[in-house]
Amino acid sequence: MKRFIGFIKKEFYHIFRDRRSLFILFGMPIAQILLFGFAITNEINNVDIAILDHSKDATTKEIINKISASKYFSINQFIEKEKDIEIVFKKGKVKAVLNFEKDFSKNLIKENNANIQVITDATDPNTANTISNYVNAILQNYLKEQNKGVVQAYKIIPQTHMVYNPELKSVYMFVPGVMTIILMLVSAMMTSISITKEKELGTMEILLVSPLKPFQVIIGKVFPYIFLSIINAIIIIVLSIFIFKMPVQGSLILLGLESILFIITALALGILISTISATQQTAMMISLMGLMLPVILLSGFIFPITSMPLPLQVISNIIPAKWFIIIIKGIMLKGVGLEFIWKETLILLGMTVFFIGLSVKKYKIRLE
Amino acid sequence: MSIKIANISKFYKKVKALENISFEVKPGELFGLIGPDGAGKTTLFRILTTLLIPNEGIASVVGFDVVKDYKSIRNSVGYMPGRFSLYQDLTVEENLDFFATIFGTTVEENYDLIKDIYVQIEPFKNRRAGKLSGGMKQKLALCCALIHKPKVLFLDEPTTGVDPVSRKEFWEMLKRLQQKDITILVSTPYMDEAALCDRIALIQDGKILEIDTPKAIVKHYPKPIYNVSANNMYLLINCLNEFESNHSVYPFGEFVHYTDSRSDFNPTELETYLESKNLLNIKIEKTVATIEDTFMELAK
Repeated sequence: MKRFIGFIKKEFYHIFRDRRSLFILFGMPIAQILLFGFAITNEINNVDIAILDHSKDATTKEIINKISASKYFSINQFIEKEKDIEIVFKKGKVKAVLNFEKDFSKNLIKENNANIQVITDATDPNTANTISNYVNAILQNYLKEQNKGVVQAYKIIPQTHMVYNPELKSVYMFVPGVMTIILMLVSAMMTSISITKEKELGTMEILLVSPLKPFQVIIGKVFPYIFLSIINAIIIIVLSIFIFKMPVQGSLILLGLESILFIITALALGILISTISATQQTAMMISLMGLMLPVILLSGFIFPITSMPLPLQVISNIIPAKWFIIIIKGIMLKGVGLEFIWKETLILLGMTVFFIGLSVKKYKIRLE
Repeated sequence: MSIKIANISKFYKKVKALENISFEVKPGELFGLIGPDGAGKTTLFRILTTLLIPNEGIASVVGFDVVKDYKSIRNSVGYMPGRFSLYQDLTVEENLDFFATIFGTTVEENYDLIKDIYVQIEPFKNRRAGKLSGGMKQKLALCCALIHKPKVLFLDEPTTGVDPVSRKEFWEMLKRLQQKDITILVSTPYMDEAALCDRIALIQDGKILEIDTPKAIVKHYPKPIYNVSANNMYLLINCLNEFESNHSVYPFGEFVHYTDSRSDFNPTELETYLESKNLLNIKIEKTVATIEDTFMELAK
């Protein structure tokens, strides 16, 4: 036990004396969560638009007022000619132009039909889509108000009700994802680097020719990172609760335990990587390419798994991050307990046992 | 016997690193493994310290087999690899403490063993190991390898890259350690250090050329050897190489060591020849062979 404590003490010296990795350890989670929370978002706010109103009557005025009153759009300018549409787009001042046809009001009353053209700048397809949806929604809303009391033959009114994230805040989606990435990166990359560092600097040679047992070396290497990763998880959760007002519906204890489980999964992966790489650089490349990319692309963090082609959907099942994201989304947003996520937890547990078993088997007690 | 090696061979794919090596090291002996880079010294060390498994042959250290009883060996030997292998970001004191702890002992417990060496680096005990000079790094590494009072000490090229003064000090320390009943196996590419060992094995290309005491090895040198010097070293070597009956010509400090292939060689004959080549200040004196001469002769 004394040997083990001595080893852990040494590990902490390494971590705290290496300013760069310390910065990565604690700077990155904060930077990432703030970046994803503030900058990378699917919501639109105060989008500049231009209006081309050929009719200039009461109805168009009312619609324009409604649009400019919403927080989504702000009217940047009014233009007079069709030709100007392209000019304002090219200047990049507006993201969309609303083009009301001539005699808009008249057509609406007489023919029950009036046309408005929504032209959006689709260089950013997601934003363009969102803009046109929002404009549509405002127009529908306006029509509904106008038609109050008027009996119509058939009408289907969908009552959309968004649950778990009623305001559709994208930060709610990103926090679980970012937390997964950070825990994966810190745990797997840092441990794999710290173990291969011993190999690269030749100190592993001395550790091997010592009474330390392999599992003592591995656990000694991993233990400080469990500790640091837990601190990281706490930082992320605190940040998301206090800065982004993200609710944690479920039990914080369950969230903590599941996080620890995932941290151990990632550490086991880190050990596995270190057993197959000889240098710190290889370990880093394998961690980044082999872990980060799948976590970002295939875990359902950014791209929904259900819309992936079947082979990728199958592959996504072997990515631990996928299961962890399901678990924390469940706990944080839906407030579910273990009875709903035991299956995912069990899968994660199974993977952890598998990775640990494999790395113990692959751990070399000699140099070759 | 402290170390027993019998018919050890080791291959890396097609390269034969060690070929049929056998020797024994007695308890308390300071045994030197002398050979150039790539001779197989490090491979042999790694086999004896249980880091590599030999392809053929058996070896034992303090009675334990290097393959089967590797755990027992790891408990009872001290190993200092050729490359500086301590934690560069830990201070001198922290390194020493760490190695004491993982071997289940304390610095205080075996302080008398390392005292002579440690006092020299003690003024720098709060300095990080990576910031030490070459000689001090080696002294610290030796302290770390000794701190658990090993029965056998393996030192792989401990003085490579170390200045001559530190080298001398280092060997004096080894001599003192030997008196404390520690068997030492040391390797070095420096022939002058070989003379300080009790016995040496000359090794080249994975084969042992000769094993004996340094004195006996020198005595085995078959020919009279001459120190030759002149005003122009470069020309001198060229001329000696052109001399018909030469057996060996090796530059050796300010002299050239020369042997002749004939048994009835007369130095004046050589002197006349060199004079004819316009060399001045020619001196030819008989000298005693060194281990280096022996090595060169055996390696021919």
